[in-house]
Amino acid sequence: MKALFCLAAILVLLPLFLILFDLLIKGGKELKLTLLIDLPHPVGEPGGGIANGIVGTLVITLMTMLWSVPTAVMCGIYLAEYGKGKFASAVRFAADTMTGVPSIIMGIFGYILLVLPMKRFSAWAGAAALSMIFIPVVVRTTEEMLRTVPTTVREAALALGIARWKATLRITVRTAWPGILTGILLAMARILGETAPLLFTALGNQFWQTRLDQPMAAVPLQVFTYAISPYEDWHDKAWAGALVLITMVLVINIVARVLTREKR
Amino acid sequence: MRRISGILAGTAVALVLSLAVVTGATAADPLMINGAGATFPYPLYSKWFYEYSNANPGVRFNYQSIGSGGGIKQITAGTVNFGATDAPMTEEGMKKLPGAILHIPTALGAVVPVYNLDEVPAGLKLTSDLLAGIYLGKITRWNDPKIAELNKTVTLPNADIVVAHRSDGSGTTDIFTKYLTTVNAEWRAKVGRGPSVNWPVGIGGKGNEGVAGVVKQTPGAIGYVELAYAKQNKMKVASLRNKEGNFVSPTLEATSAAAAGMAKSMPDDFRVSLVDAPGKESWPISGLTWILVYRDQTDEARGKAIVQFLKWAIRDGQKMEAALDYAPLPKAVVEKVDLALKQISFKGKSLY
Amino acid sequence: MARKTGGNIKDLLFERTTGAFAFLVLFLAVLLFAVLLRESLPALRKFGASFFVTGTWDPVLETFGALPFIYGTVVSSFLAILIAVPLSVGAAIFINEFAPPWMKTPVSFLAELLAAIPSVIYGLWGIFVLVPVLRDVFMKPVTKYLGWVPLFKGPVYGPSMLAAGVLLSIMIVPFILSVSREVLATVPQLQKEAVLSLGGTRWEMIRIVIGQHCLPGIFGATILGLGRALGETMAVTMVIGNRPEALLSLFQPGYSMAAVIANEFTEAVGDVYLSSLVLIGLILFAMTFAVNLAAKWILSRMVARASRGI
Repeated sequence: MKALFCLAAILVLLPLFLILFDLLIKGGKELKLTLLIDLPHPVGEPGGGIANGIVGTLVITLMTMLWSVPTAVMCGIYLAEYGKGKFASAVRFAADTMTGVPSIIMGIFGYILLVLPMKRFSAWAGAAALSMIFIPVVVRTTEEMLRTVPTTVREAALALGIARWKATLRITVRTAWPGILTGILLAMARILGETAPLLFTALGNQFWQTRLDQPMAAVPLQVFTYAISPYEDWHDKAWAGALVLITMVLVINIVARVLTREKR
Repeated sequence: MRRISGILAGTAVALVLSLAVVTGATAADPLMINGAGATFPYPLYSKWFYEYSNANPGVRFNYQSIGSGGGIKQITAGTVNFGATDAPMTEEGMKKLPGAILHIPTALGAVVPVYNLDEVPAGLKLTSDLLAGIYLGKITRWNDPKIAELNKTVTLPNADIVVAHRSDGSGTTDIFTKYLTTVNAEWRAKVGRGPSVNWPVGIGGKGNEGVAGVVKQTPGAIGYVELAYAKQNKMKVASLRNKEGNFVSPTLEATSAAAAGMAKSMPDDFRVSLVDAPGKESWPISGLTWILVYRDQTDEARGKAIVQFLKWAIRDGQKMEAALDYAPLPKAVVEKVDLALKQISFKGKSLY
Repeated sequence: MARKTGGNIKDLLFERTTGAFAFLVLFLAVLLFAVLLRESLPALRKFGASFFVTGTWDPVLETFGALPFIYGTVVSSFLAILIAVPLSVGAAIFINEFAPPWMKTPVSFLAELLAAIPSVIYGLWGIFVLVPVLRDVFMKPVTKYLGWVPLFKGPVYGPSMLAAGVLLSIMIVPFILSVSREVLATVPQLQKEAVLSLGGTRWEMIRIVIGQHCLPGIFGATILGLGRALGETMAVTMVIGNRPEALLSLFQPGYSMAAVIANEFTEAVGDVYLSSLVLIGLILFAMTFAVNLAAKWILSRMVARASRGI
């Protein structure tokens, strides 16, 4: 009996090792410096790299976070501090609903609200779609983290005559900050790897492009395009791009975990 | 703890600031022109845009290969500066446009059947009826007597034919189905032609790239792709019986032969079909590919850049086509296109 | 708690400011729904309820029906659940009940890693590793001997409903595993020991105590996993075969709602085409919404019962 359960555990974790192994071997093969600093070559010609995708991913992600982090954290603070009435329940319900929405739908949202009226594909639209994924997740994690701060801490601050808003910011938020930051980092790792919302918002780009109102390259988009192509050279690049992507995602995940552990 | 989060926050701010600086500093960066559409000419266009951008550092043409349907859709919505398609727009489609549009032909290509069979050499002989039968799902095995009788010197495996087609709206599909509709009554009645059809059987690949990918990965598969994809991926190409009854292989010469009579009968709007062309050497599934630009441009700088590029494309650009197995436009057509380019204007002033 | 203290105005400002952000979040959710609804109206008006049951997806004739995509989404997701749930629950039991304590943290960590892998990377691995292996090691032999069974009918392409289901199951395992572990942990130690002290074997203890106690929770975890599987886009698109037809055989290609949107959105020429795709998005939204709601309700009841010490 025990053996059966043990087998289940092995089967469950086996794919992880297979995937990471493949990523390291197949991706590592193509991981040269040129991959990281060169632009893509014309289709069918070997060589070139995904440098614009790496920069694009970072730009879009940071842009998303620029407005999403304050929005989500402030909303989380509201829900934790003042969140008792119908309005707060509605906000919580809205955030919960959004966390379950498939990311491709956020892409539709970005296309209709930004790409069509602006008459162009852009990094803005991509960031808008990604923020619809980022914000609800961080709202909930922020609220949860704030709720873990014992009420005694809050009450002590208020008893000392500190204004409520100050107490909330300086003490409650500060105490919960490592947890909040962890939530932010995990959400960041998630949107780094998202492809679907970018398919028809940021669209992709062959060149260096840091202007935010133009289509922008991103590593997940490049991995997708290269993976479904017939070119062997592009397949190798897809694996390498995937390796770069997973490295970014894992590094952020590990940093987030370390932060939480340090708190204890 | 605070130190770490402080450092993290500081790094983030620094990164964002430097990005802002970079973005601001690159205000003088090259003019970015966005286009999207056909995957059929993508190997050629991607080479063109790469070379042209190197020679003209002030402009960058960003082309996304999303299929002819996508090209038409996005130029209609105005989200790109130019579109690209191998399926000419319909009258109905053009009515939806905010203004007059020009179909500028850039190259000639061939849609070719490719297959993945280890034991069978390249050049398997097929006819239009066989192709239709396969894609209708009526001929399901490679060693079907109908295929065998045309290929007596080849041992065909007793395997399923795995049919691959496009999952997206495709000019390549339009050319391919136009051919099947022209030559096969059953196909005409049951399926018809268009960039996207209701395929009776088969698996879908995204773009020419996707179909080529599916055929390469799947033993026993057959698909239809533009010649450049077949060549670049060293895939086996079938030979087809053309209108005159000859079995031809898709080569540069065969495509050019199909276009031979085209120059004389070229309509002013360039929307012409080349399938089942007459001529002993003609490849029966040839097609033109076009770039879609509005006659009246709304952005002067970009409009001018596009016109300059197109002028280059129909002359210097043609020299790069042979290497990628696209056939150049006949001289007479080039002159006609040149005239059309003069029509592209901004506020009434020609951008030529 | 008195409101009218010294920093009154600042407190009010703070409350209003954070409240404004909260309102923004609510607004975004409503906006999302409104946009989906508005853009799908043309298709709804043209096809009505028949959209759900029509099997034709014909851009030439502009006839669209969502049946193949709903079918594909549901079948691939259920297949994923069928594979993932027994494995995840089994693994959870192993980790919680049988494994040495030092194993617990590393295993949690590894499961989290599985959850962190982006969908497109699963898709990449799916195309080049999973599909060829499934095709050559499983599908081809099975079709040869059992091809007469409708479920296993060929021809075998590789990309198929089965491939999508297997890949999805790998992707949802971490979620079902972590919730199952939490649910298992709520079983009172007393009850477990009671069974053991009465002479029951480990297995009997698991079957009786955990089986009884945890069933609703496991069910909730299952529904949660289902919700995730329904919405998966990239990985499914890359291995399902993109065939808009509801076919019985698992070895045949299929399509899913998310996949068709990903593939055809940028080129939906014509208003009805685009509207049909958005309508599919709306249906997907509604399905995931309903499923996630159900999961949350079941799981919250589980938590409530646990806290009451049942």
